[in-house]
Amino acid sequence: MPPKRKNHLVIDIENVGMDVDADFDSESEDATRRRSRNRKAKPQRKARQVSDEEEEDEDEDKSPKRRGQRRRTKSRGDEDEDEDNGQQSVANKRSKASRRRGAKNSRKEQSDEEDESDKESKQKRGRAVSKKSKEEQNNEKKEKDKGKNGDNKNNKKKKAEKNSSPVSSDDSDEESEEMSEGELEALKEQVEEKKKLIATIRNKPWRMQKRLSVLKEAQDFVERFEGALGKGKGRRLYAFKVMMTKKLIKFNRDFENFKTACIPWEMKIKEVESHFGSSVASYFIFLRWMYGLNLILFGFMFGLVVMPEVLMGLPYGSIPRKTVPRSDQATEMDLSVLLDFGGYCQYSVLFYGYYNSDRTIGVLKFRLPLSYLLTSVGIFGYSLLVVIRMMARNADVGGDGGDDADFTFSWKMFTSWDYLIGNPETADNKYASITTSFKESIVDEQENQKDENIHLRRFCRVSANVLILCSLGGSGYLIYYVVKRSQDFAKMDPSSLSWFEKNEVEFVMSLLGLVCPPLFESIAELEDYHPRIALKWQLGRIFALFLGNLYTFLFALFDEVNGKLEEELSIKNSSEWALSQYYANYSAFYNTTVVPPPNVSPADVIRGPCWETAVGQEFVKLTVSDVEVTFLTILIGDFVRAFIVRFLNYCWCWDLEAGFPSYGEFDISGNVLGLVFNQGMIWMGAFYAPGLIGINVLRLLTSMYFQCWAVMACNVPHERVFKASKSNNFYMGLLLLVLFLSILPVIYTIMTMPPSFDCGPFSGQQKMYDVVMETINQDLPAFMGTIFSYASNPGLIMPAVLLMVLAIYYLNTVSKAYQQANADLKKKMKTARDDEKNRRNNKDSTNQMMKDLEELLPNKSLLPPPFEEDTPSETVSVKNSKQTKTKPGPTGKGVNVEKEVSLAAPNPRRPVTQAPVQRAGPPMNARGAHAEPGRGRGRGGPPRR
Amino acid sequence: MGNKQTTFTEEQLEAYQVTGVTRQLAPHLVPLDYTNNPDIKVPATLIVTMPELKENPFRDRIVETFSEDGQGNMSFTDFVDMFSALCEAAPRELKTIYAFKIYDFNRDSFICKEDLKKTLNKLTKGELTPEEVTLVCDKAVEEADLDGDGKLSFADFENMISKAPDFLR
Repeated sequence: MPPKRKNHLVIDIENVGMDVDADFDSESEDATRRRSRNRKAKPQRKARQVSDEEEEDEDEDKSPKRRGQRRRTKSRGDEDEDEDNGQQSVANKRSKASRRRGAKNSRKEQSDEEDESDKESKQKRGRAVSKKSKEEQNNEKKEKDKGKNGDNKNNKKKKAEKNSSPVSSDDSDEESEEMSEGELEALKEQVEEKKKLIATIRNKPWRMQKRLSVLKEAQDFVERFEGALGKGKGRRLYAFKVMMTKKLIKFNRDFENFKTACIPWEMKIKEVESHFGSSVASYFIFLRWMYGLNLILFGFMFGLVVMPEVLMGLPYGSIPRKTVPRSDQATEMDLSVLLDFGGYCQYSVLFYGYYNSDRTIGVLKFRLPLSYLLTSVGIFGYSLLVVIRMMARNADVGGDGGDDADFTFSWKMFTSWDYLIGNPETADNKYASITTSFKESIVDEQENQKDENIHLRRFCRVSANVLILCSLGGSGYLIYYVVKRSQDFAKMDPSSLSWFEKNEVEFVMSLLGLVCPPLFESIAELEDYHPRIALKWQLGRIFALFLGNLYTFLFALFDEVNGKLEEELSIKNSSEWALSQYYANYSAFYNTTVVPPPNVSPADVIRGPCWETAVGQEFVKLTVSDVEVTFLTILIGDFVRAFIVRFLNYCWCWDLEAGFPSYGEFDISGNVLGLVFNQGMIWMGAFYAPGLIGINVLRLLTSMYFQCWAVMACNVPHERVFKASKSNNFYMGLLLLVLFLSILPVIYTIMTMPPSFDCGPFSGQQKMYDVVMETINQDLPAFMGTIFSYASNPGLIMPAVLLMVLAIYYLNTVSKAYQQANADLKKKMKTARDDEKNRRNNKDSTNQMMKDLEELLPNKSLLPPPFEEDTPSETVSVKNSKQTKTKPGPTGKGVNVEKEVSLAAPNPRRPVTQAPVQRAGPPMNARGAHAEPGRGRGRGGPPRR
Repeated sequence: MGNKQTTFTEEQLEAYQVTGVTRQLAPHLVPLDYTNNPDIKVPATLIVTMPELKENPFRDRIVETFSEDGQGNMSFTDFVDMFSALCEAAPRELKTIYAFKIYDFNRDSFICKEDLKKTLNKLTKGELTPEEVTLVCDKAVEEADLDGDGKLSFADFENMISKAPDFLR
């Protein structure tokens, strides 16, 4: 290695070092620490130099050691200097190393020179302290004289600990071994340091130019010395590690993308959300969830009931219940009949009546009737489970995230943009979504800030509720009245009734459904709730209204069922009578007791009305008409309206878009309730029409696409876009209520109503659930039967119920305790945050108590020692001088350096170094003669900026 | 030995890959041979048309922040700088520092309300009304300002960002 090149390198690197030094402002904490160490070290060294001369003759046997010591201290000073200058150290060391090989003397000179420069920069301070430290040093010496051995040990320890640069290695021969060990140690340390630098060079906010040179420097160093230490594969390993991390990150990202891509309609919903806010999106998420639920229910129904019957049961036309009766055969395939689910549809696998009552079917001996009953009940059980689990999970989500509310706006502002977006369309969506989310938060915030006449608002709310209760009561009475009247009409001759009188109930119901929701909405204006809460009220109110709808529907249905049951009874009696007549005639005619069954085509057999199928038909018809109405409403109410508004606006006398018709808003409450009630219909109807779930799956599927399209094409966002509550538990609550309401009638029919005698899987049984009893008695081992009989014993059921009640009570208590703990923790967090804020804030304005307390205390007790107080401010000044020195520095890039400074300024550690400056006031007061005893800590401080 | 760049550091290699990109942007400006460190600057108007940046609302600020002259005209090392800070593997602290610089529109080492307003208007394409903008800015400062000086210092910013769940960039 030619020395010339080395010098060049040194200069080069020193330039870098200067730059870096400017940078070290950013890490001024470290710098401060180093400097303070430096300061401590220097006087010691000087003092030693002096005292050495004094005491040299006193103990000559120690002199070599002391010389070594002196060198060590010197070198330590060098090291401090090196550390101080960061990268420069490397240069110095290396240069020293090279020179070391060349000539020892030159090294000494060099270090002396450095000493000189060091003194120049910090002369003042050094002198100020040097006297004091000299005294200290003398004391130390005396102590040393007392215990040589201990001192020796001490020295060695010192060597091991802070000995340092390789410079010190070429000392007196007697110490060479120790030193080399120490050198090795130090070298290792440095190499580690360099490695760390290489690893973390990405973290440094430097310009690339500088980073490159520093990195190269460090790598050179590591390369050169690592070989000596016998581990050169570090770099390769590092590269491999980096590569693997990159790959892992990429894989994880791809996997996340894949997972997101697997969520159905996620893109569509996000798109809607970005334009219409999370409230509208919550409807679509709810819709998607319902679709998933229905798909699973469909899987159960299809796999356990429909498919076995289709595959293994008797084919169509083999028995009367699977054949269209003769009288209907002419019109069985007419479209109008099929659309009413009569004709062929009525005797298809869609409905209850088609299923045969054979105990087992096919080669698999599949127990279809049992399966039918258990699946129907299982659907309820599963739905209940899922809904409740969902509610619990949602409630869980609301629990944590106490810190979320703290930085809503800041986070939205600084972290909402996705920097990966490169597609203009996506970018537009993102803009829309950010704007929407800001609007949502603004609405929330405005709601918080609202403060007005509380009495007026209360009065308004009470009166609004009274009005709505009145209208609900009125519509309830209207429904009741109309239903009563229709019962009267039903007894009269149908031909004498007008069209209106026949369809009065439906007419009134749809009229109420049309008029009431807007009425409620306009009344809700009075209340002036936050839109999210208003939506909940609206949902609840319309739900109450729709309950009337449900009530009339069920009422009519049970009337029909009762009629059918009577009819069925008579038909059953007559057909039995006819059959017995046939047997009597046959035996009388042929004079034999072996009577073959009557040879009639299955289409001609007299059959009952099969009330289950009729009920199923009602539900299917209702569902289908609901779909039609929904779609038509969207088409006419939204699409045509939007179309007209958009295109007639060119030739109209007022602004249609801004004026009266305008575009429609997405009706969240109506749609959600429609979905919920529709699902109620499905749950109720699934027992009577297994195919209904399939129809519903189709409906939800189409509605997903159709409504997504419609909302994007024809609707405008709400005037006050609001954030949906994090958990859509309110929807779930409504769903649970509807589920419960729809379970009741089905379970009632299963438990009490006699099934039709000639259709369905339960024909021939007294009660539907008898099929379970039959299975238990015949197919299961006898002990199971006894177990069931015990289990159904009231003596066992009562304690079980009691136990459950106790469990519920216990869990309720526990959850309340957790809630309390949660609230406490949240409060604590908030207090901690406020504390932090106060601590950083001006103290006297925020914490009167502390101030009063401090006034009572003696002034010095709480203050930090003056020395430490002084140092940072000096450091700052030194730093500043350095900065100014470096600006026109050898890099020649004035702008660059200035930028570096501005870059370094916002470093997080800056306030830490400055904090003592802010506090500089009080300690001065404390020490100074003019200290006022009553002066508070915060008040005395200088202006903070 | 005398040659300055005999070894390719990791970042240099990365950089040389990026050279291709800069060349695509301005073929007439960027030479193929970079061994002599020519002092070439690509103007900001070209940089912001890159697909990585062209949809970004802060593209101008980003380019300005990373360029040495503060005008957005980038030398090659600036360019490398920018993408090493924006890339996924860049450490969070570095991103925080640069994010602060990007959001600090008037370069006074503080994010004041004016900066916030500019940020907000860029984020929402000016869709919010002035009252709303003021409200949001006030709230943001109120939330994140720990020392109560009515603007966000870097410490405030870092404290706030470090708690953000989705500060990824």
